[in-house]
Amino acid sequence: MTISLYIHVPFCLQKCRYCDFISYPYSRAAAKDYLAALIREIQLYGSLLDEVEKEISSLFIGGGTPTCLPVEDLREILECIRSVFRLTPHCEITVEANPGTIDAGALYELRRTGVNRISIGVQSLTDGLLKTLGRVHNAAQAGAAVRLARLAGFDNMNVDLIYGIPGQTLAIWQETLDRTIAFEPEHVAVYGLQLEEGTPLERSVAIGDMKACPEELELSMYHTAIILLKESGYHHYEISNFARPGRECVHNMVYWLNLPYLGLGPAAHSCLRGERFANEREPEKYRSMLRRGELGVADREALTMETEMSETMFLGLRLLQGVHLAAFRQRFGRRLEDVYRSEIKRLTKDGLAEIVGDYLRLTERGLPLANRVFLEFV
Amino acid sequence: MEWEKDRIRNFCIIAHIDHGKSTLADRLLEYTGALSSREMTEQVLDKMDLERERGITIKMQAVRLKYKAGNGHEYQLNLIDTPGHVDFSYEVSRSLAACEGALLVVDAAQGIEAQTLANVYLALEHNLEIITVINKIDLPGAEPERVRQEIEDIIGLDTSEAIMASAKNGIGIEEILEQIVTKIPPPSGQEQSPLRALIFDSHYDPYKGVIAYVRVVDGAVANGMQIKMVATGKEFEVNDVGIFRPAPVSVGELRSGEVGFIAASIKNVKDCQVGDTVTDAKRPAPVSLPGYRKVTPMVYCGLYPVDTVDYENLRDALEKLRLNDASLIYEPETSEALGFGFRCGFLGLLHMEIVQERLEREYNLSLITTAPNVVYRVTTTADTVVEIENPSKLPPVGNIVFIEEPFVRALIMAPKDYVGSVMELCQERRGIFVNMEYISINRVMLTYDLPLSEIIYDFFDQLKSRTRGYASLDYELAGYKQSDLVKLDIMIAGEVLDALSIIVHRDKAYHRGRSFVEKLRGLIPRQLFEIPIQASIGSRIIARETVKAIRKDVLAKCYGGDITRKRKLLEKQKEGKKRMKQVGNVEIPQEAFMAVLSVGDK
Repeated sequence: MTISLYIHVPFCLQKCRYCDFISYPYSRAAAKDYLAALIREIQLYGSLLDEVEKEISSLFIGGGTPTCLPVEDLREILECIRSVFRLTPHCEITVEANPGTIDAGALYELRRTGVNRISIGVQSLTDGLLKTLGRVHNAAQAGAAVRLARLAGFDNMNVDLIYGIPGQTLAIWQETLDRTIAFEPEHVAVYGLQLEEGTPLERSVAIGDMKACPEELELSMYHTAIILLKESGYHHYEISNFARPGRECVHNMVYWLNLPYLGLGPAAHSCLRGERFANEREPEKYRSMLRRGELGVADREALTMETEMSETMFLGLRLLQGVHLAAFRQRFGRRLEDVYRSEIKRLTKDGLAEIVGDYLRLTERGLPLANRVFLEFV
Repeated sequence: MEWEKDRIRNFCIIAHIDHGKSTLADRLLEYTGALSSREMTEQVLDKMDLERERGITIKMQAVRLKYKAGNGHEYQLNLIDTPGHVDFSYEVSRSLAACEGALLVVDAAQGIEAQTLANVYLALEHNLEIITVINKIDLPGAEPERVRQEIEDIIGLDTSEAIMASAKNGIGIEEILEQIVTKIPPPSGQEQSPLRALIFDSHYDPYKGVIAYVRVVDGAVANGMQIKMVATGKEFEVNDVGIFRPAPVSVGELRSGEVGFIAASIKNVKDCQVGDTVTDAKRPAPVSLPGYRKVTPMVYCGLYPVDTVDYENLRDALEKLRLNDASLIYEPETSEALGFGFRCGFLGLLHMEIVQERLEREYNLSLITTAPNVVYRVTTTADTVVEIENPSKLPPVGNIVFIEEPFVRALIMAPKDYVGSVMELCQERRGIFVNMEYISINRVMLTYDLPLSEIIYDFFDQLKSRTRGYASLDYELAGYKQSDLVKLDIMIAGEVLDALSIIVHRDKAYHRGRSFVEKLRGLIPRQLFEIPIQASIGSRIIARETVKAIRKDVLAKCYGGDITRKRKLLEKQKEGKKRMKQVGNVEIPQEAFMAVLSVGDK
């Protein structure tokens, strides 16, 4: 069985106002240290994994902002990976790129190093809202990034959008969707903004400087996205994700199908050999562990079958096709309908989930209430 | 020490909370060598964790001290502790019955408080010799002379020999011990008569069974003796007789006048009733000692397990608590909304909170407590009188001639500047003014008759906050009075939730109903459907609020595959759901059932 590989780049030009993940300001010195540690980590796994585990069907370089790093660094990472792992012939190689951090030359170089998918953090096409979010770019830069990526030869592109931003109206959101669709990306991800505790944006809302998006409006925005994207030929395949047929994100599918992946870099998460484990979050600590020749792992959790089943459910139900009953039985040796009999009964009664054909899936009503459904399985 | 009845002194300490009773008890233990100061954990007599946390005494303890007096003789002093909260005045009278004297401890800055006064009167009723101790004289703000005058004026005690003390700094301790010896009479009682011992408390020990705390009046009790409980007629063989110093010590025998414990493999607490007389099975005493009146609970509430499978566990836990708490009363009850549970009677709100907390803490139960209520007396058209311990059981309006509710006579002491606020509060709570008296130039004692039901609605908190903590309160049941009362029902999603019904005065019903549903709207989380919350009197809806349906609840993407974080979030959310009670389709949090208590009147 092949696995997927994730590389975490913990740098950003500046922290977005809604983000509660750890990232650090980019500096050449920090990047060099990071790079050295990451290379060491890749090599360490090279000696630890067996041949099958070194067969990689998708690679995702995310962050943070990977494109903070100069292309040469990204190339070095890719070359190192190629020297240790075996990438399958059609391996999906994605790099997350943020407008304002990439130019035509960089995009061209990236494409030349073998990166075949680019995910652009557009988020919004309205300057005011981008400011609210604390993004480094404006709407014009976002549009330029998309066009330049095309010119650089990327024929598999994702655009990330955020809805439910304080001050965002339905009309503005609709316009953002229309303009995004006009870029003809192969993949669109739309995320409802979450006001995470302790973030500057959450503070602004809490002290009344900004008004949180009302739930009803947020729901309309979500439904609008579904309608407009479907009309334009996108397949709604996961709660927040839309793709042209055949362009579903291979890498993210691995998460949703609860399949093995290895995450490298500070704070990266992995799921391999029946364990979930996470790397040290502090780059400094992560580096010193690797300098001592240890893996950067800070937490490990062995998965019981029970947990694994539960995760398979709440991840798999994110996919609109649902959880495949036969696949579940093959994986766990038990029938999903037996393991979760009462839960399914309740959910069916509430009209939140249904068994259709060989799948258990969310209903249309269940889609925006997915959390309620997931709760039944933890 | 040889038993010599003339050298025995049995006494207790009467004091308001914070006036230094526990500290004084500790000092006495220390001074008499019962404990070295190194051995002393702070405040030895307060045994339960809860007592220490709340700084109050709930269960009585009896400690024997050895004291060599100024006259050269050695005395046996038995200190019997008393609880210091109004809820437990019943237990105070129990400890008083086992003593010949009492130390009245009054804070030199605060003066007499309502609670102290009530207990002193109780002590005087029991013909106890009272030794006055004015404590904390070394604190800034101490006015021992004023306080001495107050004691003379209000209680009428001769305070010429009052002891000026500071328990904290060991001032006056020896004098207290001397006065105990010289002023408190030795116990009376016939040594040669058949055994008569008063059970003034009991305690359940998982290994030894029920331990009876006794005061031997006549005769003696010893290991191996066959004893008989007069009230129940049950007989047991004594296998341990001992005293507390304060750790339990076996002594083999307790004789007339002495205080200690008896263990006799008594398995059932019902066989060892507090207030009962222990006698010699082979040579029974012809007359038993005067017992106690049966304790009457003042407030009732329903206790239900959140998870119905815990019903048996709750019953077992209540049974175990009852072993050590004779005043806890419960019987099974069924609620349409909450299923199987118990209606429990308590001495007061503090007692209720303590029981509830112990059930949750010591027995790990997740409980729903319904709002406490008093016992109403309903005269029906069928000319019968029924007592209502559960508001939802009130007969239909058409069958009611009138309803009576319990009133208490409340004594409130407060600095004179706060008299206005106190009177205002009593007025709001339907109080009837009885009397007002100056106890010193600056302090006033107010007497009001108040409905007990109004006292259990945060009266004490209000009193404290409106007098900056300076007021003290004591009350005793003063009979039933007719009131214009109605039942207020709460409907959630169209169904009456019996556990939320309350009985309330008609004039307050509208307001309370409105605030109650508002409060509930804030407490009940949004669910998959809209939930109307209504308050009604009879068939008339007086208030309505709606909890809107939740429309969106989705987690955002998993950054870098951090599934564990996502799972933890879901688990946390699920944990919160588990603590809620499913009533019909609606999930209701525990707090909702007590919400009416925090509904203000303004």
